[in-house]
Amino acid sequence: MYDASRSPQGLPNLPGVGYKPQHYSDLIASPGTVGWLEIHAENYMGDGGRPIAQLRQLTERFPISVHGVGLSIGGEGRLDPEHLVRLKHLVGWLNPTVFSEHLAWSTHEGAFLNDLLPLPYTEDTLTRVCDHIDVLQNTIGRQMMLENPSSYLAFDESTLSEPDFLREVTKRTGCSLLLDVNNVFVSATNLNYDPKQYIADYPLEYVGEIHLGGHDEDQDDHGKPLLIDSHGAPVVAPVWALLDHTLALSGPRPILIEWDNDVPEWPILHTEAARAEIALSKVTA
Amino acid sequence: MTVSQTIFRKALLDSQKDRPVGLSDSNGHPAGSRFDVYRNNVAVALSEALATGFPVIAKLIGEENFGAVAGVFLRQSPPSSPVMMHYGAGFPDFLRSFEPLKHLGYLGDVADLELALRRSYHAADATPIAPDALATVPPEALGEVSIGVAPSVIPLQSNWPIHAIWAFNMQNGPKPEAISQDAIILRPDFDPEPHLLPAGGFTCLASLMSGEPLGVAAAKATESDKDFDLGATLTLLLSGNALTSITIPT
Repeated sequence: MYDASRSPQGLPNLPGVGYKPQHYSDLIASPGTVGWLEIHAENYMGDGGRPIAQLRQLTERFPISVHGVGLSIGGEGRLDPEHLVRLKHLVGWLNPTVFSEHLAWSTHEGAFLNDLLPLPYTEDTLTRVCDHIDVLQNTIGRQMMLENPSSYLAFDESTLSEPDFLREVTKRTGCSLLLDVNNVFVSATNLNYDPKQYIADYPLEYVGEIHLGGHDEDQDDHGKPLLIDSHGAPVVAPVWALLDHTLALSGPRPILIEWDNDVPEWPILHTEAARAEIALSKVTA
Repeated sequence: MTVSQTIFRKALLDSQKDRPVGLSDSNGHPAGSRFDVYRNNVAVALSEALATGFPVIAKLIGEENFGAVAGVFLRQSPPSSPVMMHYGAGFPDFLRSFEPLKHLGYLGDVADLELALRRSYHAADATPIAPDALATVPPEALGEVSIGVAPSVIPLQSNWPIHAIWAFNMQNGPKPEAISQDAIILRPDFDPEPHLLPAGGFTCLASLMSGEPLGVAAAKATESDKDFDLGATLTLLLSGNALTSITIPT
């Protein structure tokens, strides 16, 4: 168990954006309402060049959240020791405000599949995920946040709900949580449950950061709506409403706009961040 | 019914395989095509990573063919690490051995060049020596000096016109002629670019990078190609901020 009292200061309760290099000049010149940035850890694991140079500049100006997308915390095998070393190195020199990863797997038998793949919520998975989080937190020497996934299907073998699973992980490991409100909406639609009930069951007191993003709409074999997390579109109205509902219960939190595909011009991304600021202004600490 | 990650992974990468049993839509139906969301995510993400990393190969064989070739490659060689900036290191050799593309013999070498551009982009930074630094070395000592080369510098040897093929596709350069070309990736600041390496230049670079003194490198280069021009080669390297140190033996 990691000692949470040693965890560093959290992010400010302001809007942040997922950093894209094409927005570098805009962010330096006119960040507007954006109070912090998130980067994908794996994009900054080269030895040098422009990505590292830009990150050195940005960390002088903004609190940075490092978001890992490749550790495979839910993997059946052990965590990749080389990747742990890379994460430790990045977190060591950058000293970001927070670090987060996903409740998912992406590597199996040496193959990295570059997607956040789903897990059955069982006692076995719980033990494994907690073991891996312990290893990670001890390696990087700080508390991490664990993010809820977008789900397109359910495992028959699952015995725990996702909120119960996450609550138990926080209890056992001392990690905190990254709540992706879009993922809640996507999963609730796809798996036919009430997103507000999910939020009611979810341990909001552990949330250190909220994610918002866009999704695509499709249909399954039975004509039922199937939403697909895309990070390639504006946040839709029902997700903004679910954010309001969540913030009313949790109080203000740092809110990230994720837009990774079909990345828009800066003013459009900033408009999304400004909407998050409005949502924050409606709640008090 | 337990769905292991081995079962999940096999079905992900092989759409001919049945979808795993034990997955549902949580409405009492098997997951069915919902599983294909993951299949599609994996194939699209890896294929796009290859298309982004090898734009000239995609132009040379056409986007549709590239998608098909990438689909074969990503299934037999999925990434071995989550650091995707290095994905595709085996793609040049794959192109050389892939039967349907064997008649396009230059593809592998062109892919090597594209891979080198990416490696150079992410290579460690280094402070270059001043352009006149070599002039300060006493002439009698010049043959004995060791010269440091920046980590972002990558020389490439080919029997194909790799530089011309790259320039034709990426910079509207003239139509490539059937000649062999050596190239070098230089990264003066943050943007790597391929340059044509003059005759003997590859041998000279390889020698310098292995730590041999300038005199030995120049002699080897002249031996490999009588037209080797040390001045022209050094001018190219200096203009690209490729040299990082001069060590005169004491």
